[in-house]
Amino acid sequence: MLRVIIRRLLWFIPVFFVVTGLTFVTMHALPGGPFDSDKTPPALIQQMEEVFGLNRPVQEQYLIWLSNVAQLKFGPSLSARGKPVESFLLPGLAVSAQLGLFALLFALAVGVPAGIAAAMHRGSWRDRSATLVAIIGVSVPAIVLGPVLQYIFALRLGWLPVAQWESLSEGPIPYLSHIILPAVTLGAGLSAIIARLTRASMLSVLGEDYIRTAHAKGLARRTVTVRHALRNALIPVVTYLGPLAAAVLTGSLVVEQIFAIPGMGRYFVSSISARDYPMVMAVVVLYALIIVGVNLVVDILYTVIDPRIGHGN
Amino acid sequence: MATSTQPAITPLAIRAPRSLLQDVLARLLKDPVVVLCVLYLTVLVVVAINPAAFAPLSYETTSFPDKLAPPGAYATSEKLEGFRYIFGADRLGRDILSRLIYGTRVSMAVALLGASISFLIGVTYGLVAGYSRARIDNVMMRIVDIIYAYPTLILIILLQVFLTSLAQQPAENLNTVQNLLVTLDLRSGGLFFVFVAIGAVSWLNMARLTRGQTLHYREQEFVQAAHLVGANDRRIMGRHLLPNIIGTCIVAETLAIPAYIYTEAFLSFIGLGVQPPLPSWGSMIADGYGALRSAPHVIFFPALALSLTMLAFNFLGDAIRDAMDPKLRNR
Repeated sequence: MLRVIIRRLLWFIPVFFVVTGLTFVTMHALPGGPFDSDKTPPALIQQMEEVFGLNRPVQEQYLIWLSNVAQLKFGPSLSARGKPVESFLLPGLAVSAQLGLFALLFALAVGVPAGIAAAMHRGSWRDRSATLVAIIGVSVPAIVLGPVLQYIFALRLGWLPVAQWESLSEGPIPYLSHIILPAVTLGAGLSAIIARLTRASMLSVLGEDYIRTAHAKGLARRTVTVRHALRNALIPVVTYLGPLAAAVLTGSLVVEQIFAIPGMGRYFVSSISARDYPMVMAVVVLYALIIVGVNLVVDILYTVIDPRIGHGN
Repeated sequence: MATSTQPAITPLAIRAPRSLLQDVLARLLKDPVVVLCVLYLTVLVVVAINPAAFAPLSYETTSFPDKLAPPGAYATSEKLEGFRYIFGADRLGRDILSRLIYGTRVSMAVALLGASISFLIGVTYGLVAGYSRARIDNVMMRIVDIIYAYPTLILIILLQVFLTSLAQQPAENLNTVQNLLVTLDLRSGGLFFVFVAIGAVSWLNMARLTRGQTLHYREQEFVQAAHLVGANDRRIMGRHLLPNIIGTCIVAETLAIPAYIYTEAFLSFIGLGVQPPLPSWGSMIADGYGALRSAPHVIFFPALALSLTMLAFNFLGDAIRDAMDPKLRNR
């Protein structure tokens, strides 16, 4: 187990260099600089570039950046006049994480029961309608679902706010009412994927001999389903949580755009066009870290759920 | 005498042997939903090939007095006398139906090119990796893993910003290759760079899938037999492995098409996709989004078109997968 974790962590090293190197080179190859948009005189721009070390060769800048990151310094934001990047990103990350968590919860809460119900009543109207809804769910993208939900629940019915974000300190009701629509928008497609996955894996498990044995022992149908079938059927669902979390991350970029949520995704898009190099780099590192981290957690979860994995070899 | 109660021996149903392809097609065409999807997508393709023949107006024709005209309204300006906006008009008074029809071209092109690029690169890469010795395979797949760790949408956005900024440079600053790329992009109304960005990441999944399948088949007896009779590697890959793998890959590719269509729509939605005034369903959704409260029909039609198209590809992919599943054969 420890070896798996260590290998995973070591794996992050090449990923880190490729991802950051690629982003660094691409960003610096973009024409224009962070101070261009201002009506600043060229002399001042030159001075600013000197202060932030932007006049050095790219590879040198990259090395400087690396040594700063090694000391956990991500540098000042160039578009916000020197405030440290972390002071934007950490609140942004907190917001994105909350949104992602609610979306995941929604996706699991809808997807898993729907998949089980479909598998248990294979071929019935329940199965057919669940499958149909799942296909529609993956086919309606966030840029369609978001506006549709906003139109129905915010503009027409007036039940929920159209957009924006309220932190939990404003009270639970404003917090939750602002989070529902974006979380559902983000989670809908995922819940459909989870439902299909759960159904397929549940069906294959229900066909196993040990399920027949459990039935033959006279166990209640419910016990067999929950204790014997479900536990094994959920393994593929858990392994899928890694790619799923990645999908939540990038999907949240879309949803944050639609619902005007001050998460990480919004900073990413705005910082690229502002040529805010430190900000872009920090966001990319953060994204890569999260993806690698999530996959690590999934690997650990995997061995917990299925004790056969990890002990054999 | 019990002989009379014996059931008559029914002769085995003899039918003409059918190839896998015939079998799959026969089963697909039995499903009315599949036929509907195929018809719908065929219409889209036909429309996409020559939108000018179907669109009542050009996508650029503006008529400000008619801005946000509701569906079915007649044009008020003199030059469009008697013209009816079947799906209404957008905020610049452009006919939504016409723009929708031109937008079909963008979505279909992305679907076709995204799928072909991903298929060609991904299948070749995966086949070579899976068939090669462990070390080459390892290196090839680690490369895929590393690109994979890069969130794809972020990579696409970054590439797209990079490429579009190339297009804004004065021509004398560019080298020949860059110049060629920019020319291609301008000719295609900003579409070409969308293809490049989508193509750059879309092949990863296909490569992984193909490699897995190749690993599965390469140790089987028929491959050993091919080795034994002296077939070279290229022949084994092309003639023996590929036909076994390709079905799975086609299904996966069909199911990946909605993602390409969506990526383009999203890029256009945030203004990084096709260049206005060329319409894409994504940029039309962004247009309509601004008028969500006052004129919801502007967003409705492109949103519907986008969802229906993704739905059709998903249905089709699912159906092909079911039809090719040997467990469900001869049902």
